[in-house]
Parts: sequence; structure tokens; C-alpha cells
Amino acid sequence: MEKLIALLIAAPLLGAAVLLVGGRRLDRVGHWIGTLLSTASFVIGLVLFAGLLGRNAEHRTLIQHLWTWVPVESFQADVTFRLDQLSMTFVLLITGVGSLIHLYSVGYMAHDERRRRFFGYLNLFLAAMLLLVLADNYLLLYVGWEGVGLASYLLIGFWQHKPSAATAAKKAFLVNRVGDVGLSIAIMLLFTTFGTFAFGPVLDHAGSASEGKLTAIALMLLLAACGKSAQVPLQSWLGDAMEGPTPVSALIHAATMVTAGVYLIVRSAAVFNAAPDAQLVVTVVGAVTLLFGAIVGCAKDDIKKALAGSTMSQIGYMVLAAGLGPVGYVFAIMHLVTHGFFKAGLFLGAGSVMHGMNDEVDMRKYGGLRTYMPVTFVTFGLGYLAIIGFPGLSGFFSKDKIIEAAFAKGGTEGWILGGAALLGAAITAFYMTRVMLMTFFGEERWRSRPTRSPEAPSAEPAAEHQGEHAEPHPHESPKVMTIPMIVLAVGSVFGGAFFSVGDRFLHWLEPVTGHSEGDSPLSAATVTGATMVCLVAGVAIAWAQYGRKPVPAVAPRGSLLTRAARRDLYQDDLNHVVLVRGGEHLTRSLVYVDHTLVDGVVNGTAAGFGGLSGRLRRLQNGFARSYAVSMFGGAALLVAATLLMRAV
Amino acid sequence: MSAAAVHSLWTTAADPISKIDAPKIEYGQLSPTLIVVGAALVGVLIEAFVPRKGRYYAQVFVSAVALCAAFAAVVALAADGYGTTKAHIAAMGAVAVDGPALFLQGTILLAGLVGLFTFAERRLDPEAHGNRVDSFAAQAASVPGSDSEKAAIRAGFTTTEVFPLLLFAIAGMLVFPAANDLLTLFVALEVFSLPLYLLCAVARRKRLMSQEAAVKYFLLGAFASAFTLFGIALLYGYAGSVSYARIAQVVDGTVTNVDPALAGTMGNDALLLLGSALLVMGLLFKVGAVPFHMWTPDVYQGAPTPVTGFMAAATKVAAFGALLRLLYVVLPGLRWDWRPVMWAVAIITMLGGAIVAITQTDIKRLLAYSSIAHAGFILAGVIATSKDGVSSVLFYLAGYSFVTIGAFAVVALVRDAGGEATHLSKWAGLGRRSPLVAAVFAVFLLAFAGIPLTSGFAGKFAVFKAAADGGAVPLVVVGVLSSAIAAFFYIRVIVLMFFSEPRPEGPTVAVPSPLTTTAIAVGVAATLVLGVAPQYFLDLANQAGVFVR
Repeated sequence: MEKLIALLIAAPLLGAAVLLVGGRRLDRVGHWIGTLLSTASFVIGLVLFAGLLGRNAEHRTLIQHLWTWVPVESFQADVTFRLDQLSMTFVLLITGVGSLIHLYSVGYMAHDERRRRFFGYLNLFLAAMLLLVLADNYLLLYVGWEGVGLASYLLIGFWQHKPSAATAAKKAFLVNRVGDVGLSIAIMLLFTTFGTFAFGPVLDHAGSASEGKLTAIALMLLLAACGKSAQVPLQSWLGDAMEGPTPVSALIHAATMVTAGVYLIVRSAAVFNAAPDAQLVVTVVGAVTLLFGAIVGCAKDDIKKALAGSTMSQIGYMVLAAGLGPVGYVFAIMHLVTHGFFKAGLFLGAGSVMHGMNDEVDMRKYGGLRTYMPVTFVTFGLGYLAIIGFPGLSGFFSKDKIIEAAFAKGGTEGWILGGAALLGAAITAFYMTRVMLMTFFGEERWRSRPTRSPEAPSAEPAAEHQGEHAEPHPHESPKVMTIPMIVLAVGSVFGGAFFSVGDRFLHWLEPVTGHSEGDSPLSAATVTGATMVCLVAGVAIAWAQYGRKPVPAVAPRGSLLTRAARRDLYQDDLNHVVLVRGGEHLTRSLVYVDHTLVDGVVNGTAAGFGGLSGRLRRLQNGFARSYAVSMFGGAALLVAATLLMRAV
Repeated sequence: MSAAAVHSLWTTAADPISKIDAPKIEYGQLSPTLIVVGAALVGVLIEAFVPRKGRYYAQVFVSAVALCAAFAAVVALAADGYGTTKAHIAAMGAVAVDGPALFLQGTILLAGLVGLFTFAERRLDPEAHGNRVDSFAAQAASVPGSDSEKAAIRAGFTTTEVFPLLLFAIAGMLVFPAANDLLTLFVALEVFSLPLYLLCAVARRKRLMSQEAAVKYFLLGAFASAFTLFGIALLYGYAGSVSYARIAQVVDGTVTNVDPALAGTMGNDALLLLGSALLVMGLLFKVGAVPFHMWTPDVYQGAPTPVTGFMAAATKVAAFGALLRLLYVVLPGLRWDWRPVMWAVAIITMLGGAIVAITQTDIKRLLAYSSIAHAGFILAGVIATSKDGVSSVLFYLAGYSFVTIGAFAVVALVRDAGGEATHLSKWAGLGRRSPLVAAVFAVFLLAFAGIPLTSGFAGKFAVFKAAADGGAVPLVVVGVLSSAIAAFFYIRVIVLMFFSEPRPEGPTVAVPSPLTTTAIAVGVAATLVLGVAPQYFLDLANQAGVFVR
């Protein structure tokens, strides 16, 4: 059965190769090749899953060794895959959601002439992401890590003719690079500490290393996770990444790639468990990000950016849970999976809305769409209920557990973290209700608009070729797009319950991540009750602001906080002041030193030799007699020196 | 003259001849030299008897065949073990047949063959009155600018005598590093020097400059020869013999049978020190070490470019070979006396060559100073006085000779109305017009600069390593610093070729015949092969690194 693991990666990799190398001949069938190979990978994943279920919980780790990759003395790295419960979960999420989004993209990208290339990149992403979660050592994981970074870069900038998309791709790449440096340093530290990269030996002996070293490794891994998962302080790229086509936002920047950081932390659980200081930092990063993302999500009028803020916030929950240690690992992954369903569904819904609205993304120009797009409305609505944690739906189960676990941290920290998580739940309810109301309810603000926003028309392919200023005709999307949305909506509704009944997910994942029940100061019922109160409060405030009153077509100035949130809490300004300006000053001073000191020395030396050369050159005057004198003098010196040597 | 005296002369002359043993000459082991000398003599006969039209082809053919045959003979001797186990001294103690001799002879023969190709090139100069001409004067004896010169050009004359001259020079160079007594050394020195003086004088263009170069070279060469000869005389006075082995014995104090007639002077150290210093000075003149280098730039610039290339490569190989043998076979016992002096010479040679090269504006002069700096680098290896020192110098010389001939062959290609355009300013932007030629020249310059993956790096590394192992670390430091200075002017030429705007009235690059193309291709190939995979050749040089005593 181990033999099948490589096929998981091989299928999409083959797809990427065929589609990217195949050229225009494949333009007509390329999208189906991509979808087929992605689905094939999913089917293989199901077969392996069935195989794992057939085994005892202790024997559910499969290892496939392919070849030795770097054999240099003690520096050994193999191409070896590890399929255990954790990677299996990711494989099913990646290939399952990935296949659905492939299918969706067939419709969404129908009018894009570079569709074949798009599917090639999507397959490349799947292959890299699978490599990331299946690798059995950190070095191979790094390959996958960089691979998804590349795919992300290519797909964010897919419409590279738009300067905004090209810039966003570059920004994502650069910010990720900071995290990647963290990962590479972590890998180097791991090697010097343990003498190997393989998960098995490293994680088994993690406790034997000094805590200082482990803290350093854990913090570097956290830096890597921050980059990939858009956590504070490396969060700035995610909002701009929405420049990519919407299926990309759904797959890469909501359901899968951005959760790689959570995977990394949970996979390295043994390292983090032995480094409590680093764990505390992880929880702080998670808590800060979950509030940061939620606040940003409240102020955005762009539907995709609002959802991006929400993604950041939800991953904050996961990171928070992962930082809590064995109490939270399982719930981090569970929330990751349920979030994969409902957030992908929400993004696909947003894409469907844009598809019907001439690629308009400004929610102030939506309104009352529920009658025009009933399927989108229902699926989006179910995703909405899931994310805010409506009782019985996915988010309710997974998020509630995280909040409980946060309180269980104990002490002041527990109260602060739990409070932040609760507050986040309230804000989530607020901003998601806001999105829902502005899009599907209220008056139809897209009708007879007196002025159109000065924004250049988005280049996303329009389903109907209308004049630029023509009024949109909202319509439901084709089946190829709605079916994935329906499937994901089903997952959003029942996933959480399915996982939680009888603690199915807990028992499944426990052998890998370990689990301990926390000692919560509050009873589970109290926490659930508090969460419900927060939820109702959030929804109510949103209703008061956007449901009862008409939504202004032009955004009001808003409060100080709103304005800050619209600017992503000044994240870019901060980066600009601290990094760009600081970097410029540093560069300038280095250039100054280079010009004056280094160049001075260099040029001085050069000038010195040049002058010497010019002077010596005059000795070469062209007269044979002078040359003969020089030779005679030389001979005399030679003889004298030889005799002198003897005398000495 | 009295009758008695006459009678005595008669009787002396009539003494039984049996008292003189017939010299035993190992013709087989001397065959490389003999083949070349024989071919040179045939070349003279060709000049005398073959009609003018056929001479060029006959000469080129004979020369090429002779050089190939001689090289084959060297290879056969080496394969036979004469470089290692069967190494011995042939021709009654006059000539050594050993590893260094065979290695250097092989190098000289290959350099000579490649040099021959550049000599035989006839497509670079525009045709004169329907006749293809080479780089040599139509009639060397005619006064520049005179009617007889014009007539010779009109008649399509060419100086085909250059080929036998080349062969004579090569023959002398073959003997030079193998000479095992001082008289053979001196004869070989003159045998290869005299043809070179002549060859320098026969340029087709800029003939006055060429003749001036030849006269300077001749005068200074004769001056240096006088020192050499004086040194030989003093050494004879010291040891009572011109044989290397015998002198070495006297230096070591292991000599047994002292000739009573020489007992007065024998073992007088003043004679030894003076003699060896003057002899070494003569050899340093040939390799172009500071302060005996002054002839180099003027002669390199004035001589016909093919001659310059050949001379720069082969003379250096031969002279360093002779210097090595002298220092390793004759004077090892005197090591503590000559080493400090040679240190000083090496240092001022490296620095002097590199520094003065910076301000040169003529490509041939630039390469001349570069060759001076390289002489300094090689001296660093010579001073190591170890087996590694010998083998590193052998390797360096092999790599350097191909780069040098190739570089001068490229210089001959870049031409304007006045012949070769050697002023550096005219090379600006050459890379835009003739990317291939410029790239090839860049490869040679990088090899000169000692950039990795070229033979220059491998050679320099070997030489410096040997020197450092031999305890000459300060010398290596100076060597590396000079390399840095030298890199400046090599890279400057590359920058000039590739990053400057071409001049509107810039030179053109002539399309050469396959001969020059071969010479350049061999140079590039040798540079890259010796640079990328030097190990085989280093091993070869290492095997050949032992002198027979």
C-alpha cells in the first residue's frame, strides 16, 4: 500500500508537466486533464484512507522510501514519504477541496485564454502541497514549502497584465521569503542539534536537546508559519493576494496553503511541547492575529478582502490552538478542516456573485441578490452560519473547542486568550453578517447607479459581454460552478458534527499529535453559552447597522478604528516606515561608507599603483644603452647580493 | 720557427689516433633534436634548389612533418621509460635524457608546431599584386621603402627562410633544457638566439620598428651572452670541468681526483659565487626577469606577431628548463646562497611586470609586461627547490605557452589599414563586432589572470603551493598581490572589448585560414582542458619532475 503514496504527488505533477509543456495543442482539453488528475489523486487518497482505517491506530503510519537525495557524509536526506493520520487528513482536504475547485474553475475560467496554464499552475500547487504534507524530513518539506510559494506567486500574479496583480504577487513572494528564511534557519538548527532532518529521530529525541536550542528552533519554525499562514507580523500579503482569480483565493489562500503553518507547528509538536516559552509566543501570535484579521474584515467593502481578513482571523484561531499544546493540536486541525470547507465555500460563493455581477467586488454595489442567485445564496448562507458558529454547524464544534482550550490554559494567560477568542467570535459574527446583509439583502444598489466607481474594470472574465457602464444582470452560475459549492456547503453543515460525535476526529488524530484534556476554570456549558451570547450580540449589531438602515453606496468616513481597519490597521504604513525607510537609510549609509571609505582605499591603492606604473614606465626609454646599463647594474647587484649572502 | 719545433709539431700530430676514443653518441635518444636539425638543413637546401613558387609549401610541409616526427620521438622515448627509470646522461655527458628534458622538449615541439601554423598564415594581409603574403617581409635584405623592396613586393616574394630559421631555433631550444655541460648550454643558447634575432627583423609592416627591435635584442642578447660566458669561465676555473655533475661534486665537496694543475683555483668559493651569479643572470635575461627584462617590451612589440608569440612561449620554456637544471643539478649545494637572491628577483619581477603593465596602451607591450610578471610567478616555483617545485613549473610552462601563442594569434587578427591594430583604444567594442574573437581573447586573458577553470589558475595554484610548501610564504603573498594587480589590466581589456562603444573607424577582424584557426583553437582547448581537468597533466609533470644527475 505504501507504493501508492508517491502516486498522490505524481498525478498532479504529471498534470502540471503536461499542461505547462504541452503548449497550445492542449488548450481545448487542458482543464479537463488537470481536473482528472486532481481527482485521480483524490481517489488514491481515498483508497489509502480506507487502507489506514483497516489498521490498528498504532499501525497507521506508512513510510515510502524512494531514493537517497543528498548523501554527503553525515548530511543525509532521503526522498521519503510519511503517511500518517495527520498527513492523511491533509491529503484528503487538499485533493478533495482541490478537485472541487478544479471543477469550479472549469466554469469560472471558461473565457480566459490562458486557462490551460491556469490549470497547470493549480496542478503544480497540488503536487507541491502534497509533497509538503507527505515529506518525512524537514528538507523535503522545505521543497514543498517553496513549491507552494512558487505556485502561489504564479497564481496571484496570474493576471499579470494588471499591475496590481503583479505587485501583489511580488509582495506575497517577498513577505513569504522572510518566513522561508526562518524555516531554513530552523532546519539548519535542527541539523546541528540532532544531526538529521528526518521527522522520526528529531521528534523522538526532541526532549533531549537543551530548552534554549529548542526555543530557538520553535521560534524560527513559528516565523516560517507566520509567513506562510499570514500571521502577525507577516500578515500583510494576504489581503493583496486576493488579486488572484477567485478559485485561487479559495484553494490556496483560504483552504490549504495558508494552513501550512499550522501543519508545521502541529507536525513539530514534540519540539514545541519542550519549549513552553515558544508556545506562549505562538498563542500570542494567534490571539493577536485572530483579532487583527477580524477587525480588518469588518471594515472592508471588497467582498474578497473581507473574506481574506476572516481567513487570517480563523487561522489565528488555529495557531492559537496549536500554541496551547496537546490540549489544542487536535482542535487546531479540526478547525482547519472545517474551515477548509466553509471558507472555500464562501470564496466560491463570492466568486459566483462576482461572476454574475460583471466582476464587481464592492459590496456597496451589491444588495438583494438572494432572489437572483438562489443556489449561491443558500450555499453562501450555510457557509456563513458555519463560520459564525451557529449551533450544530461545523464552525460551532471546532471553534467552541478552541475557545474552551484557550480558557483551559489556566491563569491570567488563559483568561486573556480565552477572552480574545470570545471577542473574536463576536466580531466574526458581526463582519460575516455584514457581508451577508450587504450582498444578499437590502435594496438592489447595483441598479441605475448614478456614478460608477472610478476603478478600472476588473479583468476577470465576464460571463456576459456587456458595455462597461451597462447595468449588471445578476444571474445564477452554471452547474459546473454550483455543484462544488453545494458539496462544500454540505461539508460545512455536517463536517463538524460528524467529527465531534463520539470524538471521532480526536481518536483518529490522537496517536500522532497526542491529546490531553485541559483543566478549564469554566465548564464547557458556560463557554458555549458565552460564545452564543457573543454570536447573538455580533449578529444583532450588524443587523442594526446594515439590516435596518439602508447601506450607503459610498462608504461613510467612519470612525477612527474603521478608517484604520480599512487601511489594514496601517500594516503597510508600518512596514513602509520601519522596513522600507529603515532599509533605505541603512542602504544609504552603507553606500556612503562604500563610497568614502572602501572606494577611497580602493581608488587610492589603484591611483598609487597607477602613479608608480607611470613613473617606472619612464625607465623604459627605448635606448639600448640604458637597457644595457640596467642589465649591468642588475648583474652587479646579483653578484654583490650572492657574495653578501655568503658573507652573512 | 726552428726545425726542431716543426718536428715536434709533426710528431705530436702523428701520435697514434687510437688514444682518442670515438665519442659514443646515442642517436636514438637524441633523435628529437636531430630530426629538427636535419629538417632545418633540408629547409636550407629547399631555399637553394626549389623554385620560388614551391618553396612555401615545401618548407611548411617539411617543418610540420619534422616537428610531428620529433614530437613522436619524444613521446616514444618517454613511453620507453627514458623520463623515469631509464633516465641517463647521453652523448658523453653533454646531454641529459630525463623527465624534465623530455617534458619540456615535448612542450617546445608542440608550441613550435602551433607557432609554425601562425608563421604559415597567409590570409591576414591583403593580397599584394595578386600574391598571398604572410607576416614577413618580401625581401628582408632590402632597405625599407626602397625601390628594391617595392620590386620584391611586386614580384610576390616572401621570406620563406623563416621556416628553417624557426627549426634551427627550435633545435637550440630542445638542447637548451637538456644540456648537461656548460659548453653545450652555451652553444644551445646561441643556436636558438641567433635565428630569433633574425626572425625579429623580418616583419612585413613597420619594418623599421622590427629592425630596431632585432638590433636591440641582438645587442642586449650578445651583452648577456658575454656575462654567461664569463660565468662559465669562472665556474670552469672553480671546478676544473664544465660538466654539471663534476661541478656539483665540487660544490658538495665530494670530489676525489683533483687535477694538480687546477689545485690552485679549485674550490675557490669566490669563483663559484661570481660564476654562478653571472650564469644565472644570463638565463634570467632569457626568461625576461627584472632587471634584465628591458628588451622584452620593445622586442615583443617590434617583432612580427607570429614570432613574438612563438618566442614568448618557447624561449620561456627552454630558458626556465635550463635554469631549473642549473639550480637543481649544479647548484643545489649552494641553495642557501642563491635562494635569497632569487627571492628578491622573483618579487621585483612579479611586481614590476604587473605594475608597469597597468599603464600600457599597446596590446603587444601589455602582453610583454604580462609575460614578465609570469616569469616572476614561475620563478616562485623554481625557488621551491622541491620535486613539487619542478613539476609545478613544468605544468605552468605547458599551460602558459599555449595561452601565449593563442593570444598573439588573436592579436594578429585585429587589423586596420596599417596592419595590425595593436593600440588598445582600437580594441574598444570589439566584443560587439566580433563576439567570437573577443570571447576567445577574453578566455586567454582570464587564463593569464589565473581565473579558475583556466590553465592559468591551475598552474598558478600549483606553483604557489609548491613555493608555500617550500617555505616561501611571503613570496606567495607577494605573488597573489601581483596577481590582483595583474587582474586589473587583463580585465580592463575585457571591459574595453565588451562594454565600450565600438569606434566608427575601428579595426576589422580578418578571417584567418584554418592554420591560425587551428592555433587559436588549440590554445583555447589547452587552456580549458588544463583548467578544468588538470590532474592528468599534473601527474604527468609530477612523474617527469626528477632530474638525472
